[in-house]
Amino acid sequence: MSVQEALAPGTTVTYLEAIRQGLWRELESDPSVFLLGEDIAEFGGAFKVTAGMFDRFGAERVINTPIAESAILGVAIGAALYGLRPVAEMQFIDFLACGFNPLVNFAATQHYRAGTPVPMVVRGPCGGHVRGSAFHSQNPEGFYLRAPGLKIVAPATVADAYGLIRGAIRDPNPVLYLEHKYLYRRIKGELPGDEGVLPLGQARLARDGRHLTVLTWGAMVHTALEAAERLAQEDGAELAVVDLRTLKPLDEALILDTVRRTSRALVLSEEPLTGSAAGEVAALVAEKAFAWLDAPVARLCCLDTPVPFSPPLEDYYLPNVDKLCARVRELLSY
Amino acid sequence: MSAGKSFGPLHPEAEEREQLARTSLSRDQQWEVYRLMRLTRAVEERLSSLYRRGLLVGGAYSSRGQEATSVASAYALGPDDLIGPLIRNLGSQLVRGVDSGRIFALHMGKATAVNRSKDNLPQTDLGCGILGPIAMLGSLLAVVAGALLADRMKGGKRVGMSWIGDGGTSTGEFHEAINLAAVLNLPLVVVVENNGWAYSTPTSQQTRVKDLALKGAGYGVPSEIVDGNDPLAVYEAAKRAVERARSGGGPTLLEAKTFRMRGHAEHDDASYVPAELREHWLARDPIARFERHLVAEAVASQAEIDALEGELASRLDAEIEAAQAAPMPAPEEAALGVFEGAV
Repeated sequence: MSVQEALAPGTTVTYLEAIRQGLWRELESDPSVFLLGEDIAEFGGAFKVTAGMFDRFGAERVINTPIAESAILGVAIGAALYGLRPVAEMQFIDFLACGFNPLVNFAATQHYRAGTPVPMVVRGPCGGHVRGSAFHSQNPEGFYLRAPGLKIVAPATVADAYGLIRGAIRDPNPVLYLEHKYLYRRIKGELPGDEGVLPLGQARLARDGRHLTVLTWGAMVHTALEAAERLAQEDGAELAVVDLRTLKPLDEALILDTVRRTSRALVLSEEPLTGSAAGEVAALVAEKAFAWLDAPVARLCCLDTPVPFSPPLEDYYLPNVDKLCARVRELLSY
Repeated sequence: MSAGKSFGPLHPEAEEREQLARTSLSRDQQWEVYRLMRLTRAVEERLSSLYRRGLLVGGAYSSRGQEATSVASAYALGPDDLIGPLIRNLGSQLVRGVDSGRIFALHMGKATAVNRSKDNLPQTDLGCGILGPIAMLGSLLAVVAGALLADRMKGGKRVGMSWIGDGGTSTGEFHEAINLAAVLNLPLVVVVENNGWAYSTPTSQQTRVKDLALKGAGYGVPSEIVDGNDPLAVYEAAKRAVERARSGGGPTLLEAKTFRMRGHAEHDDASYVPAELREHWLARDPIARFERHLVAEAVASQAEIDALEGELASRLDAEIEAAQAAPMPAPEEAALGVFEGAV
């Protein structure tokens, strides 16, 4: 494949290319940034997110590792403590479970325990819809959300994929960057310039409306927008869609402001329901916007099962536009 | 590696030796190593006493019997090098200049200890080249490796040393870290303190290999076995490993055969350790053995050795008094410091 280097702002790119461009810009502008992970060097990564970087930035800054998620994260922590800004790739975010201990117990607690910052990013593909089965499809937000000290971002758009990877690298804390593999080559948009670098913790009002707020992130933002369009046409309902972008820290102000204006809220997530980040968002709304609500806060998530493989099974497992429209109609008629 | 050489009844082919190894250390340096070993023991004896009197918060761990391993290995490092100490490596921290008064304050949960006593593990102190551990064994090795990677990327020549017990070598993170450090050829010295017991589990229930140094071969890493109760032997072996690392030879696995003279922590009477085994190793106490060497070689007189007791006592008593008088952190500080910067 031909590998483009840094592209000009305004170029139309895929979500995947936006992540790649963001990494590239940070590698170019900050010599303390380096990458490590499995198959990321000459090969360019399983999904080619790091394509061309080994040739451009060299073996010192694009480091292939053995299959050792714990050691990858441990090395990233040590390098971050000594002033570098490592970006560790998990080939699939499911495999982050193998590095749970260093991420959750070491990286995330380090600043609290010792007062020393750990500016590192762990990124990798999450999410279903690609028939990846139980161990190449997970959305692990809930596992990591309750780890104090760890930030979590999940971009939904080309501009955010670019802005948030750069923002995550510049953040002085450990950041889990969840890129949705279904979006990798399915959505396109304009590549921002340096002004597109996003600080963490700011949600985005993806669509405004008066009747109900859908709170969501990642690939589900597109499901929510499609449902909102259908409901507008078929029911005349006006849905607001808040793209959370960052799950920790949550943008409480935008969430609560939008919910209070619309009086109804549904949290849409591609996680199994129980213990999900969606539950945390729903609890926030119930606790702080109760007096404004005209219906219970709803959660639309996946089944409480592992991610199934066979297409009809996975489709049944995942939320979709039909399911979302049905739930929204229930809430609107509550 | 010098396979087959082992020490004491834990290691049946033991060569029982009283005499210490030949050393390249000057007399002043030998005295300094001895002094740091005595300081380690004195601090830990006081921590034990404070624990028994209910004056500490949480548990207290002792490296009694392993002072030679911890101190003499760290002594082989240069002033800019890095260490990753575990709970039984107070000695290596004292070598790096950690203030013992801070240790007392930390074990009392005082506001004057590092980072307001938010954690009681050996504390990260980048100024002293110290990377603190988490409680999960094996995790620290990759972190030290990462710090060394960062140093090499910046053009530095730092070497790193970290310690782990016989039990810790069973963890997956130990394996992953040494393997990755070897592949990246990082200047990491891993000292395996084989002290016979991981809490209550004897090494024979931890692994089928007799010598943990054998594990080095599995990573393509040179290894060596050393008498962990001989500070001079530990120093020489550590120095060889440090020099190899500094000259681009990558990691070394150094197995120190030693003995944990107290329980896993102060709450543990270690009644599972056979009495005759304990007796055997008590007779090989690294500090007493070093003293006999120092006197025999006229490095120090018995009077100088005896005088050290009073000197350490007055210093540590003052430090304990200061720690006891220090304030506790304000409760609401518990909510602070989760993230760096404004969130």
